[in-house]
Amino acid sequence: MAKLKTVEELKKIRQAALDQLDLRSTAESEDKVLVRVGMATCGIASGARTTMKAILDEIAKQGLANVSVTQTGCIGYCAQEPVVEVISKGMPSVLYGKVDENRGREIVIEHIKNGRLLQNAIINKSFENME
Amino acid sequence: MSNFRMHLLVCGGTGCTASDSLKLVKMLKESIKKHEITNEVEVVVTGCFGFCEKGPILKVYPDNVFYITVKPEDAEEIITEHVIKGRKVERLLYVEPNTKKRLEGQKSIPFYKKQIRIALRNCGFINPEDINEYIAADGYQALAKCLTEMSPDEVIDTVIQSGLRGRGGGGYPTGLKWKYTRQNQSDEKYIICNADEGDPGAFMDRSILEGDPHSVLEAMAIAGYAIGAQYGYIYIRAEYPLAINRLEIAIKQARKLGLLGENIFSTGFNFDIGLRYGAGAFVCGEETALIHSVEGKRGEPSSKPPFPAQRGVWDKPSCVNNVETFANIPPIFLKGPAWFKSIGTEKSPGTKVFALAGKVNNVGLVEVPMGITLREVIYDIGGGIKNNKKFKAVQTGGPSGGCITKENLDIPIDYESLNSIGSMMGSGGMIVMDEDNCMVDIAKFYLEFTKDESCGKCTPCRIGNTRMLEILEKITKGNGTEQDLKDLVELGDVIKDTSLCGLGQTSPNPVLSTLHYFQDEYLAHVKDKHCPAGVCQALFSFHILPDKCVGCTACARICPAHCIEGERKIVHVIDQSRCIKCSACYNTCKFNAIEKG
Repeated sequence: MAKLKTVEELKKIRQAALDQLDLRSTAESEDKVLVRVGMATCGIASGARTTMKAILDEIAKQGLANVSVTQTGCIGYCAQEPVVEVISKGMPSVLYGKVDENRGREIVIEHIKNGRLLQNAIINKSFENME
Repeated sequence: MSNFRMHLLVCGGTGCTASDSLKLVKMLKESIKKHEITNEVEVVVTGCFGFCEKGPILKVYPDNVFYITVKPEDAEEIITEHVIKGRKVERLLYVEPNTKKRLEGQKSIPFYKKQIRIALRNCGFINPEDINEYIAADGYQALAKCLTEMSPDEVIDTVIQSGLRGRGGGGYPTGLKWKYTRQNQSDEKYIICNADEGDPGAFMDRSILEGDPHSVLEAMAIAGYAIGAQYGYIYIRAEYPLAINRLEIAIKQARKLGLLGENIFSTGFNFDIGLRYGAGAFVCGEETALIHSVEGKRGEPSSKPPFPAQRGVWDKPSCVNNVETFANIPPIFLKGPAWFKSIGTEKSPGTKVFALAGKVNNVGLVEVPMGITLREVIYDIGGGIKNNKKFKAVQTGGPSGGCITKENLDIPIDYESLNSIGSMMGSGGMIVMDEDNCMVDIAKFYLEFTKDESCGKCTPCRIGNTRMLEILEKITKGNGTEQDLKDLVELGDVIKDTSLCGLGQTSPNPVLSTLHYFQDEYLAHVKDKHCPAGVCQALFSFHILPDKCVGCTACARICPAHCIEGERKIVHVIDQSRCIKCSACYNTCKFNAIEKG
């Protein structure tokens, strides 16, 4: 590592290192977009792992910040696996079914980046968390 | 861009390390390898999370799940259940004691709710051994700002405006200290970081150095620029191997990036830092003694003036600040002095880190805004007294401080208010005592400590403290008189008035403050020859109540001195002449038939 000569160089290191910390600071942020991938046995069996990797990859490709991707257990909608839920602050959560690699990337670009829901992929039943 | 989708943060502070957190890290890594997800999940060793009572701590990002008391053998389950399948390991979550609900997030846990973290901002958030993580968390930005945009006087003004006061205990305004050191002309000047944390039970400085060493290095460089120094010493106890190790790594990394060394940010400013190890003498926390020790001389205080700002290490102007004080510096420059002043009270802005210890449910490191009440710290954050016992007193300021009773639990914590009730802020040790603590015994404990730690230079401190301790021993053995209590006060006053340094000037405080607030307890020892808390062995005895004893023989069987007589279904009797007062019978009896008194 070369010695820093200017403040600009420090900022560059910071920018590069930010990605490393982004995962943590985003998780603490309150207005983040939360993407939850159903990753129980059935989800994994239907390819949820590939889906999640595609989503993560696309988020990085698009350079989106303030998005947290986490896993969740079985949502109970086995017929629609892999399922992906997108939760943005102040909006009802949206549940997508049969999300393969391509649909995962589509969700990132259309829903999260451009704010357009993928109408044809939404599971058409309202889904509320029971406490 | 790292491809890790998940970070597992494991506490690598001294406390959690002692309960096997590094073995946990190893097991996590092995399990990650076994399940072939090494490129998805990163394990990060961090500094102290503060919740030492429940360590080892493991925090999962991005899920924001906070696991407590995680053992190495839990690693496999965490990986297979949480990391691979997204199912939280419920049994490792924190259970709210009142509602019995399991809480996931760190911020929802009552221990964290009232805390504001400035000095500890990066502890438990970044990897202290990776300078990039510190830089990502805005590290070295404050230094860059000071060097490239501000004059040394502007730097000092900013610190003065923030109102930051020394966190080592004295509470002297940091900015003024810098200003005076700047005003003294010299070819060489020195910055010294006082990391000789000596109060029994205090570990905030150690945790900052272990969890965020770069924040101290950055602040020292800023201070160096402000006062015109090119070199800094960190005086650290040799008993802190982990902190020393992390500091050495941090210094090496900072030098490599040119953040320490010559011509920092091409501004012509040179600054480097070296470590000096203390051998653990308490008096070396006093700045003049510390300076002598840095020079390789015997750690003895000398009289002020000259102040270190005039003649410090190598007889050059030196500025000594405490670790926690330094840790507050970078945020003041990044967020502005007005922001800092908006936290805490008018005369004591900002936060203070306390090491909460003793008979409290949540032992740990807490950072709270000044002006919070002791009640909030002990009950809301600390979770109240262990085993539902009654609160008796809290000792702040360590061996130099005093006791605070329940009448004063609602006073706001700041430098002045603690002084006004006969205690002090000190470095932030906070030891909670319950009804089972004997205050005479507590005073004796602290005096034993200061008596041992007196450097011996001043007669009143060297001999006076020894005499005071002898009187206390006499009292706890049941041979005290009322005259002894008067002698304690008189001796204490003389020692305070005639000692040179802070050690002697404060060493009688625990005795004087307990004498003031718990005179009844002293009188009970002296007049009634009775220790109300049942601690001083010579002043209480165990008796078996005949109407409650069912003759189960449990006490006779457990008694190590074989001094309990009795047969099955016959009332037992203790032979007082042979009883060693170990409490074994008292703790064993299921029928409350043994009385302590």
